[in-house]
Amino acid sequence: MSDKIRKIEGITKESTEALIAETLSAYPEKAKKKRAPHIGANDQGSGSACVKSNKKTVPGVMSARGCAYAGAKGVVWGPIRDMVHVSHGPVGCGWYSWGTRRNMVSGIVGVTSFPMQFTSDFQEKDIVYGGDKKLKTLLEEAHDLFPLAKGISVLSECPVGLIGDDINSVAKTSAKELDLPIIPCNCEGFRGVSQSLGHHISNDTIRDYIIGTREYAEPESPYDIALIGEYNIGGDAWSTKPLLEECGFNVKAVWTGDGELEKIAATHTVKLNVIHCYRSMNYMCKVMEEKFGIPWIELNFFGPTKIKESLRKLAALFDDTIKEKVEAVIAKYDPIMQEIIERYKPRLDGKKVMLLVGGLRPRHTIGAYEDLGMDCIGSGYEFAHTDDYDRTAPEMPDATVVYDDPSEYEFEKFADALKPDLIGSGIKEKYVFQKMGIPFRQMHSWDYSGPYHGYKGFEVFARDVDMAINSPTWKLVQSPF
Amino acid sequence: MSNLLGLEVKKIVETTPEEVDRVQNWINTEEYKEKNFARQALVINPAHACQPLGAQLAAHGFEGTLPFVHGSQGCASYYRSTLNRHFREPAPAVSDAMTEDGAVFGGQNNLHEGLENAVALYKPKMIAVFTSCMPEVIGDDLTAFIKNARQKGFVPKDMPVPYANTPSFNGTHIHGYDSMLVSILQTMTEGKQIEGRCTGKLNLIAGCDFNTGDYREYKRILTEFGIPHTVLADISDSFDSPCDGHYHIYAGGTKLEDAADSINGKATITLGPYATPKTFSFIKDNYSGKHVSMPMPMGIEKTDAFIMKVAELFGKEVPASLKNERGRAVDAITDAHQYIHGKKFAVYGDPDYLLGYVSFLLEMGAHPHHILCSRGSKKLEKELQALLDGSEFGKGCKIYMNKDLWHLRSLLMTDPVDAIIGDSHGKFAARDAKIPLFRFGFPVFDRVNKHRYPIIGYQGAVNMLTEICNKFIDIKDETCEDRDFELMR
Repeated sequence: MSDKIRKIEGITKESTEALIAETLSAYPEKAKKKRAPHIGANDQGSGSACVKSNKKTVPGVMSARGCAYAGAKGVVWGPIRDMVHVSHGPVGCGWYSWGTRRNMVSGIVGVTSFPMQFTSDFQEKDIVYGGDKKLKTLLEEAHDLFPLAKGISVLSECPVGLIGDDINSVAKTSAKELDLPIIPCNCEGFRGVSQSLGHHISNDTIRDYIIGTREYAEPESPYDIALIGEYNIGGDAWSTKPLLEECGFNVKAVWTGDGELEKIAATHTVKLNVIHCYRSMNYMCKVMEEKFGIPWIELNFFGPTKIKESLRKLAALFDDTIKEKVEAVIAKYDPIMQEIIERYKPRLDGKKVMLLVGGLRPRHTIGAYEDLGMDCIGSGYEFAHTDDYDRTAPEMPDATVVYDDPSEYEFEKFADALKPDLIGSGIKEKYVFQKMGIPFRQMHSWDYSGPYHGYKGFEVFARDVDMAINSPTWKLVQSPF
Repeated sequence: MSNLLGLEVKKIVETTPEEVDRVQNWINTEEYKEKNFARQALVINPAHACQPLGAQLAAHGFEGTLPFVHGSQGCASYYRSTLNRHFREPAPAVSDAMTEDGAVFGGQNNLHEGLENAVALYKPKMIAVFTSCMPEVIGDDLTAFIKNARQKGFVPKDMPVPYANTPSFNGTHIHGYDSMLVSILQTMTEGKQIEGRCTGKLNLIAGCDFNTGDYREYKRILTEFGIPHTVLADISDSFDSPCDGHYHIYAGGTKLEDAADSINGKATITLGPYATPKTFSFIKDNYSGKHVSMPMPMGIEKTDAFIMKVAELFGKEVPASLKNERGRAVDAITDAHQYIHGKKFAVYGDPDYLLGYVSFLLEMGAHPHHILCSRGSKKLEKELQALLDGSEFGKGCKIYMNKDLWHLRSLLMTDPVDAIIGDSHGKFAARDAKIPLFRFGFPVFDRVNKHRYPIIGYQGAVNMLTEICNKFIDIKDETCEDRDFELMR
């Protein structure tokens, strides 16, 4: 958290509010009324949210949001590598979310890891007669064909909840018969307002069905921690886990990037939970705190400034052994990071970035851009809640625009007015802005690059940001004739 | 008990390396294949998506048209991002974001509010509404909802709002394409038929084709012929638009007046029979002029048939330029045939693509050894079998209907082939089988600009052949012994 109020030249509370008012003027009255509380000018000093959030998407405006199923399958469950994840319902949802999040997994595909598409491929008759029988058969088949799978998740798509199937009872019976964890997750896409409820529902099912059902084989140590809310996008966990190990910790489980079901199930014995993506997994940290007395701490692995801050915050909770190791790690990486900054900062200094991502990165990455000399002049989330916006306020420069679940119309208007040098958002936004000649990086998937987390990730991040902004290809956009 | 449900607490057990080895070998065996093919309920790695995706593709093919998903918002995000990834282009579409209360009260309020907002923000000329699961399960009445929307002024009186029921639990994306397209054509042409009027044009429907190069190629061929034409559901500019510093939400598509006037055409041809049965039936019953439904012109023979049909419909000679083009394509093929002759392929994809791949391979002297469709029909099977029966290279080739890519993997491991033709999803099976994958289908998420290279027509045949033969030559160069590494191939 920065203590001083940062200003961006040309951006004032008045200018931002005028921009918001002008943008909203295109809406019909009702929609305008609904949207207005979701866009605001940041009050950095307040340390609290300047917008409302976690409300229903306004129909017809072109939101970037996904659904509860997307939050369950794509975010929480999908990355657990040694389970079969069944998309229960029609073929589409599972097909669209198959391999498209870039949560990397190790293991042998189809043997020890299952980054595949498993579906019950509902047909008309399943809608009419129900899919419970099919589900039971399917679970047997999955267990039969993939004997090393440690468990099966059943992720409901919209029709399942609407036709009144009882996946919970099927899962219970089959789990007993197959002697295998089978976890029913009622994450139908129509539930809630965004992916966020899917995270919450999934956290609840982990709480109910998984946590506390396994114990680590090796004896406990005071340095046992779990890394929560790290999804191994582009190999992020393969940067952060070794970093924490270098600092002297035993990372007993990663939730859920390149995750292993049984290690997740034994997390209740760790000494501390370290959470990265607060939005999608704070629920479980709170549960483990209440139920098992495990404290938790939020860290930020983007950019050397935040990494250093985070590692020291973490070390402060442990003894001198850890403190010494952490200082040694920082001392080791500081000059390497300095070299990267010296290489890229002159090329990026003063450049402006706008962000729209899920529930964490619009605040967590700001420090990494600042390490490179860049300013964040607009930020917002698809599915954040008030506590996320509270955490965002101090990170954003004062009076910059904050938008919650913006429509494509709004995002385009803001970009048009603020003229950022880079936009970091998703695949649906990417090509819109690139047509406008604005450099863009996908900040959900690291644009097929990564990792971006940890010291290892910062070098890749800096290179990619420079590549996006300073590519000579942008000079070709304007035709000479 | 430290867990909530009182489940037994166990120690973590690591799978032994021996056990991993055993299973890794086992999944490649005949025994596993049998078990795999005995599956009744579980579908693994299907090669098809759901109806609304195809509906959205069709909608993007019309001028100023905003695709509108009536259903949960996540659905729209999935279709959009799939099209974004394949084309590397924007895919603007809205949804009316139905939630739990929609399940109770129906989706009319969402639809109305959504239409009003979409009109205000995105100023479309037409809104193409299609459904995802939720309204289909609860039984929303689109006809009434849209009529009410117009009465209440949520959409301008004269704005066309075609709509299609596209349940995801029935058919695949090609069926959604058909339903949306027929609805758009019905809406656009209503009352537009003029007795005695003939536009003199050929209406061409490419089918549920995700290759923008194909659309441009059709137009080029017809221009060579000197035949005026309207390509219906023309996505070529929608999904291959210039980067010039400006974003145009509606970058292309068939002009709405041309779509309306298409009912007075001289002839209408659809080249995706499996993706356009309803559309073609509507055209046959309502459009002036002649109507033809024929296979996608992939390979020389099918392109010949298309070219001759066009010549026949318009009473024209095939122009010298196209004759030469055919000759050059055949020249390219005879020059290159030795690198593909006798090679065995596994092919999978949508029916219209599949018929094209098989026909192309057979005429090159290659074997479409495993032919797999993850949502096929008896009719398709018969048609594929007829192709195989018509060629000595079809001998021993087998057709697998309603099988998925995990079945395909078993086939590749127990009865190996030299290469696969399919889409990006086949890359895992291809890697396990250590053979190349040619991405001629949809979607292509992992190679650039593939959708710009046509696979139809004579040029398409050359494009496919060049990619295939050069890959086989690359493999030889990369894997041969030093003493076999030579300049010429």
